Order: sequence, then C-alpha cells, then structure tokens
Amino acid sequence: MNNNSVSDFNLRRLFYNQEVRSVGIQILTLAVICYLVFSIGQNVLVNLAAIGKDISFNFLWVPAGYDITFQPFVDYGPTNTHFRAAMVGLSNTLLVAVTGIVLATILGFILGVMRLSQNFLVSKLSQIFVEFTRNVPVLLHIFFIYGVIINLLPVPKKAESIGGVFFLTNRGIFAPAPTLEQGYEAVVGAFIVALIGCYALARWAKKRQMKTGQIFPVFLTSLGLIIALPLLANVVVGGAIGVEIPKLKGFNFKGGLILRPEYVALWFALSYYTASFIAEIVRGGILAIHKGQKEAAHALGIPANRTLRLVVIPQALPLIIPPIASNYLNLTKNSSLAIAIGYFDIVATLGGISLMQTGKEVETMSLVLLIYLCLSLCISASMNFLNHRVTLKAR
Amino acid sequence: MTASIETSKKPNATEDMLPPRGETGIILWLRKNLFATPTDTVLTLFCMYILYLFVPGFVEWSIIDAVWSASGRVDCWEQMEEPNSAACWAFVSTRLQLLVYGFYPEEYIWRVNIAFVLFLLALVPVLWDNTPRRPLALLYSALFPFIATWLVFGGFGIEAVETKKIGGIALTLLIGVTGIAFSLPIGIMLALGRTSKLPVLKMLSVIFIEFIRGVPLIALLFIASTMLNYFLPPGTTFDLLVRVLIMVTFFASAYMAEVIRGGLAGIPKGQIEAAQASGLTYWKTTYLIVMPQVLKISIPGIVNTFIGLFKDTTLVLIIGMFDVLGMGRSSLADPNWNGLAREIYIFVAIFFFICCYGMSYYSAYLERKLDTENKFQKK
Repeated sequence: MNNNSVSDFNLRRLFYNQEVRSVGIQILTLAVICYLVFSIGQNVLVNLAAIGKDISFNFLWVPAGYDITFQPFVDYGPTNTHFRAAMVGLSNTLLVAVTGIVLATILGFILGVMRLSQNFLVSKLSQIFVEFTRNVPVLLHIFFIYGVIINLLPVPKKAESIGGVFFLTNRGIFAPAPTLEQGYEAVVGAFIVALIGCYALARWAKKRQMKTGQIFPVFLTSLGLIIALPLLANVVVGGAIGVEIPKLKGFNFKGGLILRPEYVALWFALSYYTASFIAEIVRGGILAIHKGQKEAAHALGIPANRTLRLVVIPQALPLIIPPIASNYLNLTKNSSLAIAIGYFDIVATLGGISLMQTGKEVETMSLVLLIYLCLSLCISASMNFLNHRVTLKAR
Repeated sequence: MTASIETSKKPNATEDMLPPRGETGIILWLRKNLFATPTDTVLTLFCMYILYLFVPGFVEWSIIDAVWSASGRVDCWEQMEEPNSAACWAFVSTRLQLLVYGFYPEEYIWRVNIAFVLFLLALVPVLWDNTPRRPLALLYSALFPFIATWLVFGGFGIEAVETKKIGGIALTLLIGVTGIAFSLPIGIMLALGRTSKLPVLKMLSVIFIEFIRGVPLIALLFIASTMLNYFLPPGTTFDLLVRVLIMVTFFASAYMAEVIRGGLAGIPKGQIEAAQASGLTYWKTTYLIVMPQVLKISIPGIVNTFIGLFKDTTLVLIIGMFDVLGMGRSSLADPNWNGLAREIYIFVAIFFFICCYGMSYYSAYLERKLDTENKFQKK
C-alpha cells in the first residue's frame, strides 16, 4: 500500500485502509450500543413514570409481611424487612449450592469410577443411570423427587429409620442435631490442635520418606487423630457437645435437625443431576491419561492404588477441574429452580414474592442478577485458583 | 491367522487343538467381565440384587399390570387387583392431545401436524450429506421457519391462532428449534468478537457472554415476563412467546460462543497466516478456512449446548407457559385423575430422553464420520 503522498488521498483508499476501517467499525458499534443503552434507560424511566413508579431501593427497609418456612440460618418473621427476607433467601441458596456441590462431587466420582470398572454389570449400571439422568431436564427430576419419591415415604408415625437416628418421612428428613453446652470450646480447640498435628505429621512423614524411603501411613494416622482428639476432649469436659436424636411426639418428630421436603428434593435432584455430568468428566479425564503412564508405574512396582493416587489422578486433575467448575456454576444457577417447588431461595424471595408485593421489578431483578454474578465470580475465581495449584509445573 | 491356515495344510502338522474349556465363548466372557476377582464377584452379586429389587417390580407396575384405558382414576383403580398398584396409562392417553398441542384449536391441529412433517423434511438436508439436490433442499430448510410460523400462527389468508394457545410438545419443539437455529450464528459472531483484535468489539462480547453465563436462565425469563416491555418505547409491546424466544436464544448463544471460542483456540495459527498470505480477507479466511475446522472440532460441545437448551425449555412453565412439562403438571390438578403424577412424569421423561439421546447419538456419529475424513491431517 502506498500512502506516502498526500495527493494520493481519496475516499476509496480511505475506505479500504485496514486501520481506518477497524477504528471506524468500533466507533460505529460503540455508538449503536451507547444509543441502545441510552434509549433503553430512557424508555424505562418514561414507562415507569407513566404508571407512577420511580426507581428507589427504599422498599428493602419496609416490612415484608410474608412468611418463610425454611430459615435455618437467619431469624425471620413476617414483620421483618424485605432486606432480611432476601438475606434468608440468599442463605438458602448458598445452603443448597454448597451441600449440592459436595454431594454431586462425591456421587460424580463414584459414578465415574464405576463406569470405568472392569465389571460389566457395574459399568453398565452406571452408564444407564448417567445417560438417563443427563438427558432429562433437571426441573423434571426436581418435580419427580418432590412429587413422587417424597410422597412414597411413610408418614412420621411409620417413619423409615436408618440406624434409629435418621428418619425418612413424607414431611422431610429428621436427623440428629449437635447440642452445645458449656465447655464446648475445649472440643473445638482439640479439633484445631488435631488439624495442626496432621499438618506437622504430613511434613515429618514426607521428610522421612525423602531421607529413608520409608512410607508412613499418614492418612490413617491423621484420620485417627482428627476423630480421637476431639472425642477425648469431649469426654474430659463431660460431654459438652451432645447429640439430640429426633423423637416421635404425637404426629410429628420433635428435636434434632429437620430437613424439609422442598430442601431435600432440590438438594438431591440437583446433586445427582450434576453428578451425572461430573461422572462423564471424571471418566474422560482418567481415560485421557496415556496407558504407558500406568504401565510404567506397574513396571516400577508401584501398587495399583498408589498408581491411581500418585500417577493417574495428578495428571487427570488439571483436565477435569475446569469442566467440573462450570458444572458447579450450573448447579448454583439451577438452584434457582427452587421457586418451582416452593423452596425459598433468593429468586423466590427477592425476585418472587418481594417483587409481587412491591411491584419493583427493575430494582429486585437487578439485585438478583447482581447477586448471581457475584456468586458466579466467586466460584470461578476459587476454581481457577485450585486449577492453578494442581496444574503440573513443567520443570 | 494366515500362518495357522498354512500350517494346518501341511500333511504332518499336528492338528490345531481347541482351547481348553472355559476359555472361550460365554463362559470366558462371564469369568472375565463378572467374576474376575472375589471383589468383582461380590460387586456382581450386589448389582444383581439391586436389579432384582427394582426391575421385575417396575416391569410389572408399568407394563404387565398397567391399565391402558379408563374413564378416570377411580375406574382405573377398580380395574387393578389393588388400588394404585400399577400404572394407569389411560391418564396419559386421554390427555395426549393437551400434552402434544396444548390448547391449540382442534379444527386447526392439522396445521401443526403439517408443520411437524415439514420440519422433519427440513432436517433431512441438514443432517444428511447425500441428499439429492442438496443446495436447493438447504434453501428450503432456511425458509422453513417462516413457513412454519405462518402455518402455526396463521395470518396471511389462513385463520390466525393466538400464541398462548400453543402448548405441550409443540411449544417445547418451537422454543427448542428456534433457540437452536439462532443461537449458533449469534454464538459464532460473539466468539469472533471475543477473539477479535478490535478492543471495543472484544470488550462488548466479553461483557455480554460473561453476564449471560453468570445469571440463571430463570432470572432472564422473569425479566422477559415482567420488565422487558419497560425497555421498549412507550406503547409498543410484543408477545410473551417472542420475548421468551429472545431470552432463550441469547442465553444459549452465550454458551455457544464459549464452545466456539474453545474451537477457535484449537486451530493452528499457521492456518490463518497461510490464508492471509494468500491474500484472503478476514471474512474469507473466517468463512473458508477457520470456521469449517472450528465447527468440526466443536461438534460435541455444540450438540451439548443444543441438548442443554432443549432441556432448559421446561423452565418456561415457571413464568406460566405450558410446555410439555407444564401441561403435564396442570393435568395433575384434574380432580378426576388426581394422584397420578408418576405416569405423567415418566411420559415427559421418555419424550426428553428420546430427543436428547437422539441428538447426542447423532453427534457421536457425525464425529466418527468427520474423523475418518481427516485421518491424514492428524498429528
């Protein structure tokens, strides 16, 4: 291209100049987007003014007036404000997301390893479960668990008990709850001491293995330490931390921890639905590790379980963590389906009943969107950090 | 193989011995796959026990003892040995019209049927390479959405039908197919924007993609149903179905963009440099060199996004539309048929399973086919 002489200047050349073009396209796009955003904003203001509404967040401090049936963390009553109702909703969202992620990970790894089993029946059963679960909408799973499986459970009087401490009924699951009395700080202290002890033990064992080549059973010792020390402390201070087992009184159970059917259905359905995706990721990750890696470990005389732990999994983790992270995000976002079965999460409280009662669509929905964006950012940031930690550094 | 045939022809060769018993056929298979080690045996027996617990009972409940025609729940239960001991498929069959077409006027149902047949015909050239006169057939596929909209919603000479009348499987397919058809091109544009060298385009694409991916679809649907009309100039309003279609399409295209971006990252830089060296413009490079390769390697991701979108269409029931699941749930409220949730849910689950499994099966086939074409380019 020859544009060193000013006399060559003409519009046609300018039009085909790549730099001019790229700047032009960008300015044009920006102008269009700015115009759209501006006109949408103006339309919102005009439309709201036409029906006598304004944009203000003052409604958050007005008594909400509705009841929330599930509020394990934040105390709430109808006289509390919309803000407090939203906090209850947020804590419920977090509860189902965190417990769901934990259960989905456990189930997903079990299903993924089952799928790779040499045993034909085990692997086929896992495959059928995974294929069926992931090809049916999660909302249907939630309805099915909530409307069918929980209804199949007996009434509290004839409750199905697991070991005499857990009770499955159609009014939810009743589980033993811990009770705290004076002196429980000692038990917590013992637990922390046990954790520090485990860390020290792991460091010492690694040092010793480096020096002498002998392997110390760190995992079992740590497990023993973590269980035994707090138990011992609890006995010493005279049972400061006790367990309250639910008891049948009249038509329902009293005491203990009550997991309401809405929570159980949502938690369980989200978990096994997400687990079926995690299972495929785990299977793919393990299959992606070259056969030679395993064979080389065998040739060195490393036993099978240690091969899996020291050779296969460290190489598979960087492959499986990013897709698992996006499944965690999906689970968190899918927890908003709570509204379909009457579990009070953030969408059902702030974006549902509060919206209906105050008529503040723009404000409530933008708060809901903001909260979900923050949640998503937190999850992806922490999973990125984890992935950075487990990625093998090439030396 | 050939070696053993030759040796057996020699006159003084020893005869081939049969393998020892238990080393061939079904016994070997059983030993290798089910009873290889003691642990395996225990696992196998445990699995068999689980199967024994569920399968015979389920078959009995759903097929052997099931009632296929009845006038109501009471009638249904009277036909069983014990009330509520088996499936009552009569519920599904009496509700079938609602489950398939929603409240669509009965005299015009033929229009939906024709649209469905035309839809299957439109799929043929898209899915099958060897369609005779493919370019012409593809043109028909491209025109199909307009023909279908005209057939289903009327206007221009035939009786118009309100959009809220349509429901059931027809609505699920409508939302799913529209979302699938539009999310791919929009997703490609977003992915190109995100990988573009132009900072403004890149920033806008990133904001759009990350915003949509960060929020749940149900929140977007709430926006569509409660406040999208505020965004428009005063006085203008458009149909709830159109608003939902826009939101579902945007939602799927953000995910599609990420899949395509992953594919773009997998294209060697040399491909683009070679195209530029040959004097191809950006759009020609993209259209002729980059996209064919990107689409090929992203097939699994693209189809997974389609499947996700198809399953997500059920969410519209939360904002009061009656897709197949919504229709099923509203049927449950009928006092005449009360308490038969299992049958409806199983019917809906089978419908989704067939559609979604079909899509993933086709994607696996496509992957295999394209893979063999590319054997020599592989590293």
